Amino acid sequence: MPVAKVNGVEVEFEPGMTVLQVAERAGQEIPRFCYHERLSIAGNCRMCLVEVKPGPPKPQASCALPAADGQEIFTDTPMVKKAREGVMEFLLINHPLDCPICDQGGECDLQDQSMAYGRDGSRYAENKRAVEEKNMGPTIKTFMTRCIQCTRCVRFITEVAGVPDIGMISRGEDAEITTYLEKSVASELSGNVNDLCPVGALTHRPWQYHYRPWELKKTETIDVMDGLGSNIRADYRGSEVMRVLPRVNEGINEEWLSDKSRYVVDGLTARRLDRPWIRENGKLRAATWNEALDAVAANLKAASADRIGVIAGDLQDAESMKATLDLFRALGSKNTDCRQDGTALGYGPREGWLFNSGLEGIEKADAILIVGANPRVEAPLLNARLRKSWIKGGVEIGVIGEQADLTFDYAYLGAGSKTLAKLPKSAMDFLAKAERPAIIVGSGALNGEGGAAVLNALGALAKKVGVVTDSWNGFNVLHHAAARVAGLDMGFVPAEGGLTAAEMLKPGALDVLFLLGADEVDPTGSNAFRVYLGSHGDRGAHGADVILPGAAYTEKSGLYVNTEGRVQMAERVVFPKGEAKEDWAIIRALSARVDQTLPYDTLDQLRAKLMADHPTFGRIDYLPTPAAFDPSKLGVKGDLGDRAFTSIVADPYLSNPIARASATMAELSALRIAPVAMAAE
Amino acid sequence: MFTRIAQAAKGAMMLDAIGAIGLTLKYMARPKATVNYPFERNPQSPRFRGEHALRRYPNGEERCIACKLCEAICPAQAITIEAEPRADGSRRTTRYDIDMVKCIYCGLCQEACPVDAIVEGPNSEFTVETREELLYDKARLLDNGDRWERHIAKNLELDAPYR
Repeated sequence: MPVAKVNGVEVEFEPGMTVLQVAERAGQEIPRFCYHERLSIAGNCRMCLVEVKPGPPKPQASCALPAADGQEIFTDTPMVKKAREGVMEFLLINHPLDCPICDQGGECDLQDQSMAYGRDGSRYAENKRAVEEKNMGPTIKTFMTRCIQCTRCVRFITEVAGVPDIGMISRGEDAEITTYLEKSVASELSGNVNDLCPVGALTHRPWQYHYRPWELKKTETIDVMDGLGSNIRADYRGSEVMRVLPRVNEGINEEWLSDKSRYVVDGLTARRLDRPWIRENGKLRAATWNEALDAVAANLKAASADRIGVIAGDLQDAESMKATLDLFRALGSKNTDCRQDGTALGYGPREGWLFNSGLEGIEKADAILIVGANPRVEAPLLNARLRKSWIKGGVEIGVIGEQADLTFDYAYLGAGSKTLAKLPKSAMDFLAKAERPAIIVGSGALNGEGGAAVLNALGALAKKVGVVTDSWNGFNVLHHAAARVAGLDMGFVPAEGGLTAAEMLKPGALDVLFLLGADEVDPTGSNAFRVYLGSHGDRGAHGADVILPGAAYTEKSGLYVNTEGRVQMAERVVFPKGEAKEDWAIIRALSARVDQTLPYDTLDQLRAKLMADHPTFGRIDYLPTPAAFDPSKLGVKGDLGDRAFTSIVADPYLSNPIARASATMAELSALRIAPVAMAAE
Repeated sequence: MFTRIAQAAKGAMMLDAIGAIGLTLKYMARPKATVNYPFERNPQSPRFRGEHALRRYPNGEERCIACKLCEAICPAQAITIEAEPRADGSRRTTRYDIDMVKCIYCGLCQEACPVDAIVEGPNSEFTVETREELLYDKARLLDNGDRWERHIAKNLELDAPYR
C-alpha cells in the first residue's frame, strides 16, 4: 500500500483515495462544505485547502486531489491557516448574519467552522447580496441568501434521487440554486437535501421554526413507514416528537431517509385515540379501561372459538402480535391473519417471504426482474440503491407490472400475469445469462385470487434461471408493511381451517372481530362485535364497538423485522398519549379477564417467550445468512389468469393511519395527485 | 479607688446622656437618609434589573424573533418559548412564558437577546397575592413593554456608552 506523510506522521492508504481521506485517516480534521462521502466530488467551496509537497507552492483543495505515494501533506501550517481564514472570509461576505432566526442555528457547519477556522472579525463593509426565495415544495424551505453554492443539494437530487429538479444557474456573484421553473422537487427523498445543506439555505419546511436543536432530546429507534426498517433518530421535546432524522446504517438506509418516514411525525399528535370508548345504543361514549376490557372479555367469552378472529395491522410491533396470537390460540381461535392485503405468503420456508439478497446485496445482482412492485413508492431507499447499482453499470433491470418512472432505465416486459405465464425470450435470456440474477416481487403480484399461483410461477422461474444457488440467493420479496415479516415469522396466519382476513370481514363470518391496529381493511361490512386496538381514529376505529387506545411506534419499545428478515429493536421515545397503554399490556390485561392469563408479566418475559418460540427474533440487528431453498415449492400451482400487477401502495403518503393523520403527508399526497401547474405553462 | 470616684462623678453629671442628646441634635439638623416611600424614591441605576418586559419596535411590531437564546441561557430555566411561522412567514413566538418565581433576576436573558426584545425593566413593584399571578405569559410581558417603554428606552440609552 502507498504511504503518505500527514503532518510528519506516516499513513498507509489505498490507491485512489484523496488527500482529504488520507488526512482523515491520520486523524486530522479537514473543514469542508461541498465534499460529501456519498456524493460526487465538486471541489467548489475551497474550505479543505491543505499544503501538499511535492506540488505547486500554493494551498490545494484536498477533496479533489488524489493522494500519491510519498506525498507530504500539511494541515496545520501558517499557509493552511491563512488560506482557510481567507476562504471563510469570502464565504461570509454574502452570508447574512441572521443566525438568530435561522433554523440551522446551533447545528450549522458554517457557524461551527467559522468559529474554528475563521478570522475574529469582518473587514467587509459593503452591501451583501440578496437572493429571492425559491419554491421547492412542501418539504424544503429555502432562504437562498444564505446559500454558499456548495451544490450538495444539486448533486444529491441528480445522483441519488435521480430527479434533476434542482440546479445552479449563472456565474460568480449571480450564481443561484434554483428549481428552474419554480416547481416543487418531485422526489420522495427530497428531505435529505435539508440534512445535506451545510448552512440554513434549505431547511425542513414542516418543522420550520418549531424547535432549536439544543432543546431536543434524542432517541435512536426504527422507522415503520415502509418495510425497510430504516434506522432513525427521533428528537423529542417534552411529550412530543419534534423531528425524525436518519441514522447511518450501511445495510439499510445508508444515511438517507424517505420523506414519508421523516415528515410523518406531525401525524403522531393528530387524531389520536387517548381513552377507551364503548358503543352504546349506536353512539360511542368515553369509558374506563375496566369497562372497556370487561365488554371485550364478555363478548369473547360468549362467542364460540371459531366465531372470533383477529387481524393485525401493518405498524404493529412483534411483541403485541405475539401476545395477541397467543391469546387467540389459547381461546381456540384459528382465525388470525396479519396480511391485510391478502398476500399469499407465510407458508413454507422463511426464505419464501424474505428479501433474501439483502438490501446491500441487491447491488451485487447483475440482472433484476421486478414483479408487481413499484420500489419508488413502496421502498424509496431500495429504489435509490437500484439506481446506484444502475449508475455503476453492469446490471439489467426488467419490470412486470406498472410502467412507472423509477429514475432508472429498465426493460418493460408486460403488465401482469399473462406476461409472467409466457415470459419473452429476451427476459429469460437476461436472467439466465446473469451470474447473480435477482427477482424482486411485491405484494401487488401476490395478493388476491391468483397470488399463490403467481408465487409458484415465480418460484419456478427462480429455480429455472438460477436465482437461488449455494452462494447467491436473489429471491426477494419486497414488503411494504413494517409488521409483515414479524407476523409471518411467528405464524400470524390462519391456522389449518381458519379464515383469512378477507373471509373474516364478510358479513356473518364472525361474532367478535378484533382489529389489532388494522386500518387498511374495510371492516364496515362485518356485522361482528368489533374491537379496535390502535393509536389513531382511522378506518379500523370507525364504527368499532369498543376502542382500546394503544401506542404508536414512537411510544413503545418493540421488535420489528424488516423485509430482509433483519430483527431490529425500536425504543420508546415518548409515552403513549392520555390513557393509552402499550399494546402488549392491553392484550395481557384482556387475557386475564377471559381466564386465559398469558404467561408473561413484563415486556422482557414476553420477549423471552417470543425468542424461545421463534429463535429468529433473538438475532437482533443481524442480516440472516441466506440459506439455499427450493423456490419452486412456494405457493400453489395454478392458473395465473389475466391480472395486471399494480403496486399495492396506491398513495405512499396516505398508506397508514399515522400518515393519514399528518398534514404534511396530505400536502405531499395532493401534490402527487395534481402537480402544481408550472410557471411556463 | 480613684477610677471609682471618677466614674461616680461622671454619672452624677450625666455626661453620657448629654453626649447622646448632642448626637441626636446633630442628626436632627442633618438631611434625612430615609425617604418617604412610596411618595419619595431613591435614585435607580439604569442597569437596575426589575420586572421583565417584551419590547416592540416603534411601528408596533414585536421585537422578539423566537431565537430562544434567552431560554437557552436562563440559569433558572424560568423561560419557556414555543414558536412557529406567523402568517406572513416571519419567525414568531406562539408562547413566551416567564416563571417570575423561578427567575433569579440575573439579567442574562437581556444580555443574550440579539434584538433587545426581552429586558428587565425598572419596575420592582409587582407583588401579587397569589403565586399563579407571577407566571407571566406573552401578553403580560408585551403589556409590560408597552407600559414601561419610555423608561426602558431611556435606561438603554444611558447604559449604551458602557456596552
